[in-house]
Amino acid sequence: MSKLLRTPLYNWHLAHGGRLVNFAGWSMPLEYSSIIEEHKATRQACGLTDVSHMGRLRFEGPGARAFLDRTLTRRVDDLQLGQLRYSLVTNDQGGILDDVVVGCFPGELGDPVFLVVVNAANRQKILEWVRLRLPDDGEIVVSDLTTIWAMFALQGPRSGEVLRSLVDFEIQKLRRFRGAVVPLRHPARNGCRAIISRTGYTGEDGFEIIVPHGIALAVWEAIMESGEGFGIKPVGLGARDTLRLEAALPLYGQELSAEVNPIEAGLEFACDLEARDFPGAQRIREVMAAGSSRKLVCLASCGRRIARNGHVIVYGNKVVGTITSGTWSPTLERPIAMGYVERPFAAVGTLLEIEVRGHREPAEVVPRPFYRGAHPHIA
Amino acid sequence: MNPEELKFTPTHEWVHVNEADGGWVATVGLTQHAVAALTDLVFLELPKVGQQVQAAKPMGVVESIKAVSDIYSPVDGEVVEVNQAVVDQLNLLSQDPYGEGWLVKIKLSENKLPDGLLDYEGYQKQCAAESY
Repeated sequence: MSKLLRTPLYNWHLAHGGRLVNFAGWSMPLEYSSIIEEHKATRQACGLTDVSHMGRLRFEGPGARAFLDRTLTRRVDDLQLGQLRYSLVTNDQGGILDDVVVGCFPGELGDPVFLVVVNAANRQKILEWVRLRLPDDGEIVVSDLTTIWAMFALQGPRSGEVLRSLVDFEIQKLRRFRGAVVPLRHPARNGCRAIISRTGYTGEDGFEIIVPHGIALAVWEAIMESGEGFGIKPVGLGARDTLRLEAALPLYGQELSAEVNPIEAGLEFACDLEARDFPGAQRIREVMAAGSSRKLVCLASCGRRIARNGHVIVYGNKVVGTITSGTWSPTLERPIAMGYVERPFAAVGTLLEIEVRGHREPAEVVPRPFYRGAHPHIA
Repeated sequence: MNPEELKFTPTHEWVHVNEADGGWVATVGLTQHAVAALTDLVFLELPKVGQQVQAAKPMGVVESIKAVSDIYSPVDGEVVEVNQAVVDQLNLLSQDPYGEGWLVKIKLSENKLPDGLLDYEGYQKQCAAESY
């Protein structure tokens, strides 16, 4: 096995009880204390997660905007400085290659640069996909900044208060899916800045913070110190998964794959189809017009066994679907799951069963998401 | 119970034997190491009273948010008592795995323990070798 990649927080994780696991080739903390405690801290106060394993790709040059606009499912041509969008990368059949966040920020000389954050497991695949399609006029430069920049997710209702004292910026006025290049007040380094956006993967208010590798540990520690009085906890990938699942946010490799069309995943909103072309756009339009044969649904169980990836969903004696993710919901205190079911069985209120290790667990199709956090109303 | 006086399976169960009515009865539980490694327990399924169990064969299931694990019987015999309290309150298992968190009592079919059980020191060595 090749050596695992380490983020600049590796030693901090070890020193703070982080249970490190191999996640897409990175050594990452699954949990520090308990998934449930870290989950609850994020819902009630805030949690800080090292997400430096996620890929950070920068696109710049006069052709960058148009290139991304014809590569991503969301429009990029009208993306303003400081704006971010959730988008997909699809293949020519409309299958999902990755789900990403694309943002537009001012570069060193004031021209816009585009940052695309991709899943760790898809970084090489997307880089290859992009490089094969780059025009050869040299007007776009693509850089992979993953290993020289670190990235943290500060999530939860107290996040703004925790971050406020660390930046020279009115952070609480940042709207959802907006971001900025922000001067850091602490740690005292001359001129160090962070890219901070009001985004996340927990269903909660919060921020994602990108900093240079060299100050990553100092910034992380400053956030933890600032958050102490607010009940901050370091949060591992275990709780990140339970949080995103309660918010019914899809995970690549579970809900999303090259075999999945955005329409069946319920991601119509992430496809800007009007007067645009991108790989698979025509196929996605066709599926949208005809209706997909299966749909991603949220299932809540009144049983106690957790349905997990690959478990079969049945209606009577008929197999009608497959589970993609399941967990025990710390907020709802019951097992929850997501999975694809045939369309006639996808309506909210449908009573189904999930085969879990030879037992049939009753489950009901419930509205998506399971949990919706309170988001600040800032104009 | 003092863990140093217990026997252990390589699959992280502990066992303690008492004599009762001329036979041997084993109290069985999960080790502190196993419970700590699982964390966030959400479901426990134990065999029923009267059920025959076999050494090194699954007799129950413990599920945490992360994963599902089988619970193996350390001995051959018949289940004579099940700790319903721990099924209803999983925190008994996480807080007191060698005491209130015991799982089942098994009447041994022969008055001897199977080969291959570890003593406390042997089990500690195994855990150290497994840890990451």
